[in-house]
Amino acid sequence: MTAQKPPAGARPPVIQIRQVIKSYGHGDAVVHALRGPSAPGGGEPLGVSLDIAEGDYVAVMGSSGSGKSTLMNILGCLDVPTSGRYLLDGIDVGHLDEGQLSLVRNRKIGFVFQSFNLVPRTTALAQVELPLAYAGVRAAERRRRALAALSLVGLAERAGHKPNQLSGGQQQRVAVARALVTAPAMLLADEPTGNLDSHSTEEVLSIIDGLNAAGRTVVLITHEDEVARHAKRVIRLMDGAIVSDVRQAEVDGPPPALGVEVGV
Amino acid sequence: MLWQMLRFALGGLAANKVRSALTMLGVLIGVASVILLLAVGNGSSVAVKDSITALGTNSLTVSSTSARGAATAAKKLTVEDAKALATATDAPAIKSVAPVVTTTATALYGNISYQPGSVVGTYPAYFETANQKVARGDYFSNDDVLNSRKVAVLGSATAKQLFDTEDPVGKKIVLGSTPFTVVGVLQAKGSTGFNDPDDVVIAPLPTVQNAFTGFGSVNQILVQAGSAEQTTEAQNDVSRILLGTHAIADPAKADFRISSQSSLLTARESTTRTFTVLLGAVAAISLLVGGIGITNIMLVTVTERTKEIGIRKALGAPRAVVLGQFLMESTLLSVLGAGLGVLAGLIGSHFSIVGIKPVVIPESVLGAFGIAVAIGLFFGSYPANRAARLRPIDALRHE
Repeated sequence: MTAQKPPAGARPPVIQIRQVIKSYGHGDAVVHALRGPSAPGGGEPLGVSLDIAEGDYVAVMGSSGSGKSTLMNILGCLDVPTSGRYLLDGIDVGHLDEGQLSLVRNRKIGFVFQSFNLVPRTTALAQVELPLAYAGVRAAERRRRALAALSLVGLAERAGHKPNQLSGGQQQRVAVARALVTAPAMLLADEPTGNLDSHSTEEVLSIIDGLNAAGRTVVLITHEDEVARHAKRVIRLMDGAIVSDVRQAEVDGPPPALGVEVGV
Repeated sequence: MLWQMLRFALGGLAANKVRSALTMLGVLIGVASVILLLAVGNGSSVAVKDSITALGTNSLTVSSTSARGAATAAKKLTVEDAKALATATDAPAIKSVAPVVTTTATALYGNISYQPGSVVGTYPAYFETANQKVARGDYFSNDDVLNSRKVAVLGSATAKQLFDTEDPVGKKIVLGSTPFTVVGVLQAKGSTGFNDPDDVVIAPLPTVQNAFTGFGSVNQILVQAGSAEQTTEAQNDVSRILLGTHAIADPAKADFRISSQSSLLTARESTTRTFTVLLGAVAAISLLVGGIGITNIMLVTVTERTKEIGIRKALGAPRAVVLGQFLMESTLLSVLGAGLGVLAGLIGSHFSIVGIKPVVIPESVLGAFGIAVAIGLFFGSYPANRAARLRPIDALRHE
């Protein structure tokens, strides 16, 4: 957290979603994966609206089919909404073409996936360098930053290991290092602990807590309450609409579970 | 960025070494066969050309044929015909004329008896016209012809049979029952077919006529044109003069036939060209098959690595980089395959194949390499495009 950080509210939210609808199919067969509340009387979906402030730590919860994966894909610029506006760090993502979207993904978003999604046959160092390579960072600089990111997740000594030589927890930590190496506006984690044992889960979550404590905005998608306890704000989705939005800690404060030993 | 793509591409190829090697083998075989088969075709054409040029390209052979009409008796070629050709003032294309009689006789030297392939009686002009050069000694002269001297020039094969390592020049041999003095030995020309041009005894025309054939007709008249370009003109002149001396009005009823080495050369060349084109076509097909192999493997690779493509796209890989990576992979396959193919083709061309010494056509090396690389780009562009077009969300969901 930087010392001269302006008071909350002075800066625009990192994420602004306005009346976003995502639907599949046409006519009678149309299915709304994201719909938001229905308009009074008519029943037309109004769309999901959501603001996420800089430095916040949001857990998006919901059962399967609730639309949380759709929301995550839209937030991550992997998918475009059917209607509505999405501003990421002040940029209206809706008007970007394929090339600009890949640029946004590269610069503004750090992904952490449930299934790690490391590039096969590639060393941890090269994995972490990859987004920098796509950003056109020079080799020496790339290496320095990648090593820094790896040591932040405690894997500096495993830089030369390939995915099949790392445990699940270590792979996910490499993925976290890869996600944060470009200093993105938002860390987007889709069930990051879904494939991990409880020990690795705590390791990965404490790293994410630490990142948020250092000022990084985190959006975390999960269906586990244990994981959601780490977040400052918990949003619940059901049938494509937000049904509850609970703040567990202040945006400017430390994440609630930071440094707290959680019973396993 | 290009260096990055090259690194990614090399990594991709290294990930599946056997598959990459087999795909490259397809291109390798294609390129090597193009180079090698064209070299074989070219080699055979060069060999035919060389053997025909060795006979002399600007020489014409006149031989007698039986007349078409039974009414007129076939008039044989005579020394007078040859003289008419030689003295004709209105035939500038004719450089020299040599009447030829051919017979066979047994040659004796000491106690060695040998039957040379042929005994030829002719004029000194024969040597130049038939492209025969002496290796030792000298030709016989016009003076020898006029005086019917019993001198002979031996072909290299005949000399070897009769004299082995001894120097034949100045020695006396007996042909039939006539003693001849050897004045020269010809250079070896090498066998071109059924008759060995080196197995011959050449002596002055009247001497051979006197000893063997009698002073009647001659078997052939050898005519040398001023140059290779003048052979057609010379052929027309010969035809016109001989029709005159034989008193034949209709050229279709000519009782002689003129054949030129250059017409033989042209016929043979067109045959070998067809041969080369056919070989080239077969090789080109194998190159195409190699190219299709690249497409096939790249499609498999793209399908197999769809998820990886999704990850890369999620990390912000622009479409051009994904396209470049896969295009680079296919091009690397073809470049490496073609490079090794060129190597294999050049090495292979050092061995003679079915008796033909291949002669590499430099254009075929460049052409085959270039086409292989172009094939890699062309056939790789479809799978690469497919990879680049994948939506990251679909690619990530792919299992």
